[in-house]
Amino acid sequence: MRGFGRELSRVWSAVPKASFVRYLTMRTVVDPPVSLSLVSFTEEPYPSFKNILLLDSEGKRVAVKYYADDWPTQAAKLAFEKSVFTKTQKTNARTEAEIAMFDGYIVVYKFIQDLHFFVTGGDNENELILSTVLQGFFDAVGLILRNNVDKRTALENLDLILLCLDEIIDGGIILETEASVIAGKTTSDSLDGMSSLSEQTISQALATAREHLARSLLK
Amino acid sequence: MAQPLVKKDDDQEDEEYSPFLGIEKGAVLQEARVFNDPQLDARRCSQVITKLLYLLNQGETFTKVEATEVFFAVTKLFQSKDTGLRRMVYLMIKEISPSADEVIIVTSSLMKDMNSKTDMYRANAIRVLCRITDGTLLTQIERYLKQAIVDKNPVVASAALVSGIHLLQTNPEIVKRWTNEVQEAIQSRAALVQFHALALLHQIRQSDRLAVSKLVTSLTKGSVRSPLAQCLLIRYTSQVIRDSSMNSQTGERPLSDYLEACLRHKADMVIVEAARAITEFSGVTSRELTPAITVLQLFLSSSKPVLRFAAVRTLNKVAMTHPLAVTNCNIDMESLISDQNRSIATLAITTLLKTGNESSVDRLMKQISNFMSDIADEFKIVVVDAIRSLCLKFPLKHRSLMNFLSNILREEGGFEYKKAIIDSIVILIRDIPEAKETGLFQLCEFIEDCEFTYLSTQVLHFLGNEGPKTSDPSKYIRYIYNRVILENATVRAAAVSTLAKFGSIVESLKPRIFVLLRRCLFDSDDEVRDRATLYLNTLGWDGSVGEIDKGVKEFLFGALDVPLVNLEASLRSYEPSEEPFDLSAVPKEVKSQPLTEKKAPSKKPPSFGVSANGPTSPIDAYEKLLSSIPEFSSFGQLFKSSAPVELTEAETEYAVNVVKHIFSGHIVFQYNCTNTIPEQLLENVVVIVDASDAEEFAEVTSKPLKTLPYDSPGQTFVAFKKPDGLPSTGRFSNLLKFIVKEVDPATGEAEEEGVEDEYQLEDLEVVAADYMLRVSVLNFKNAWESMGPDYERIDEYGLGVRESLAEAVTAVINILGMQPCEGTDVVPNNARSHTCLLSGVFIGNVKVLVRLSFGIDGPKQVAMKLAVRSEDEAISDAIHEIVANDEAISDAIHEIVANG
Repeated sequence: MRGFGRELSRVWSAVPKASFVRYLTMRTVVDPPVSLSLVSFTEEPYPSFKNILLLDSEGKRVAVKYYADDWPTQAAKLAFEKSVFTKTQKTNARTEAEIAMFDGYIVVYKFIQDLHFFVTGGDNENELILSTVLQGFFDAVGLILRNNVDKRTALENLDLILLCLDEIIDGGIILETEASVIAGKTTSDSLDGMSSLSEQTISQALATAREHLARSLLK
Repeated sequence: MAQPLVKKDDDQEDEEYSPFLGIEKGAVLQEARVFNDPQLDARRCSQVITKLLYLLNQGETFTKVEATEVFFAVTKLFQSKDTGLRRMVYLMIKEISPSADEVIIVTSSLMKDMNSKTDMYRANAIRVLCRITDGTLLTQIERYLKQAIVDKNPVVASAALVSGIHLLQTNPEIVKRWTNEVQEAIQSRAALVQFHALALLHQIRQSDRLAVSKLVTSLTKGSVRSPLAQCLLIRYTSQVIRDSSMNSQTGERPLSDYLEACLRHKADMVIVEAARAITEFSGVTSRELTPAITVLQLFLSSSKPVLRFAAVRTLNKVAMTHPLAVTNCNIDMESLISDQNRSIATLAITTLLKTGNESSVDRLMKQISNFMSDIADEFKIVVVDAIRSLCLKFPLKHRSLMNFLSNILREEGGFEYKKAIIDSIVILIRDIPEAKETGLFQLCEFIEDCEFTYLSTQVLHFLGNEGPKTSDPSKYIRYIYNRVILENATVRAAAVSTLAKFGSIVESLKPRIFVLLRRCLFDSDDEVRDRATLYLNTLGWDGSVGEIDKGVKEFLFGALDVPLVNLEASLRSYEPSEEPFDLSAVPKEVKSQPLTEKKAPSKKPPSFGVSANGPTSPIDAYEKLLSSIPEFSSFGQLFKSSAPVELTEAETEYAVNVVKHIFSGHIVFQYNCTNTIPEQLLENVVVIVDASDAEEFAEVTSKPLKTLPYDSPGQTFVAFKKPDGLPSTGRFSNLLKFIVKEVDPATGEAEEEGVEDEYQLEDLEVVAADYMLRVSVLNFKNAWESMGPDYERIDEYGLGVRESLAEAVTAVINILGMQPCEGTDVVPNNARSHTCLLSGVFIGNVKVLVRLSFGIDGPKQVAMKLAVRSEDEAISDAIHEIVANDEAISDAIHEIVANG
């Protein structure tokens, strides 16, 4: 604190008396002007996320969640997903999470089977924080799907995947990064109900031919 | 557990199978009627919600009516006790985001859940309620939210804190009342609660600098647990450092020890955050940089791409301002050129291009050529910009670099990419005379096959200005006339103008140019014909004009010497009349000067951080500004402009900083003033400078600022005469004088009457370093030897007790204001001795080289041997005098002793 004490006394001594009086009278009437310089200096005050994407091996959506207004329309969102997908398609992101930078965003991603996991942040963001969230999401999905991580199982358990997304990030702010905690929060509540979509599909799959299955689901 | 297995057997053949195959919005909305059943089937309801969410997720939208219907139906599900279903209900409400009048339906259910015994209900109900609520409702639930912040279940506490962060945007006055609870939550043992509480508390207090610095100081003492919270603390710490450095101009940064300690944290994310914070200090010293760069260097060879990327990106940024500090990483960097990850490879290359030395250029270019073919345009542009800067740095290498540029110019590429290449070639031609002929020829070849009209016209314009001045102008004519035959009207018109320029300057080509221009008289386009006619007549093809007079030349080549904005404004106000529009009446002064806003980094920095030494440097801009002021035109060539020095504390009503412009026999202080009070208009702003402590200076003129409205910076100048060519020093005290007029905030109009007022500014010093240009030499040893020992002066100095060798080295470099060469400003840790090489150009354009040898003994006594070579004996002596007389050195001794 030594430094700040000195700072303060310098601030006051530098203000001449006449203007100090005016300073007081003015500031009591009007709100002090927001110090613009301060605001523009700060980068993101806390890590913030643009979106989380879970796409399949053709770039189609399995589950996505957007937190920022950077892509106001559905078309803009799809265009972004397409560009992310094509730009990362050829990379090998199966053992270690990969990273790419384009259009002023940083995207970390990891693939498994026919699923592509993406987490997007602004280009000032700490890459390691982004990848921690990606890893949390990736591992949590693995736990939820009991290591059967592929598109079909993911779609059959879409409710859990969506809950999982909901537990990781809230409005762009990290809520939880620990995979076991995330998975615990999504599954423990629904275990008793066994409400996942898969059970129903099984019973009906046994009863009807596959073509009819989809229609019977909708009745 | 058994189910997934059964499923697998069942559908193995069909890969396209999806549980949502053939799903339709209408049908699902029908299905949603089950929500209204008196006997709720929780499982089925969950499935229907999942389908609805699936549809929304795929981009399907519900109409207003549909959304309302679904929302009301979903609210019925609060009757069910099934926890899984309840989770889906929460999710669904958030997705639908009901309108304000609908929210009321679920409020009571959610408020009940907020007080439930089940933690999961409490946490989720808070998040949902805070998402959909408005200000009036918030006051009702505020009490519960405060409780939730200190809830012993971390999930509930986090939910309330995160909601608080969101609500702060819309209802700051309410959230600010929670400070006590948030402060309690910061002490939580749960890692994420602490993280969220810290983020919220900082947001609440962000405008109160003192509170933020208190918060940071207390937390850096070591009660923060999670890596995420550490990262926040690092961000806030560097903000505090930045704020305090605006006020105190020298000395140790507070809290930098904490950041350095973070470099040894076990979590990578904390290390990266800390390293980045350190490298972004304004005016960071080598001693501060070294530990950060060392950890980043280790990351360069990590097996994790994310870590490699983070490291190379940070080093890339450092290389822009401190290329020498990064040279130690060059070997690791070179191995990254072949990295699988193209982003990493591009960053590595551009870093190498910034840090590389002359001998490595050729090798580097070979490596890049292979790499260019398989990267995207946006990466290529980054590389092109980096190559341009490299070529300006090593003009001798222009041949291989220009060759590289012309090779890639022939390859496929989009407009932005080609434009970047063309811009680079143009800049290189302008700055490196030897490269001119080859460069122009490359441009000629390019327009032979160019699909972009804009680029063709740009090149033609440039050819017209530069081509006639070459040794054999006639060889360009063919390329230009081809454009008249082959291209669209816009390009044809540009080509006609270019031909005319050749004709007007090169007398021998004139008859042939006339022939070509006469052919253009039959062009199908009006503009092309008009231009041809105009040029034929002004150049006098019929022999009516013997010598081309000066007016014609000016007309053809003269740049418009008025700012386009001003011209536009004048043309708009010109009313059609007998009186012709007078170009000379257009004001030439540029109204607002963006110069003062240099310090704030722009919102979106270029993604790969291409260095800013493009076409206009700040010096260029200053030169332009000063030369536009007639009073200063007699001062001659501008020698050096200092960085802005703040003369006021941050956040005072008038912000003033000063730039010192050094001329041979004069010095000009440029005061950049900003009025931060909306209710005031300042007029006749002048700075009264008292130079009684600067005997060698005499004020010659001062240029007041007529008006200074709120928040639009303006400049006032004061000029002094000083002994010609000598490094006179002195101290100046400054007083800002002006007339204040009150401004009515409603109308924005100022009152007639003003009051005279004054405002004390801080003192300003002109020191010896102001007369030294930082100019680096490429090979210090060669330069040293070729300078010869004729005017060498050697002496030894005791610098007293120093904190470290590095600190002493930095202090001496700053006093001399010279450019450290070959990375010798970096002192290895625990070194007992060090040699530092400096170069610079002293006022009067005298080259100066300095070799400093430092040694430190047990009780931290530092001794220094200073060897100076220059082109002038007197200057060599002057350098010694600077060091011998410098108060900062002796001051520094006292300071260190006092601080223990």
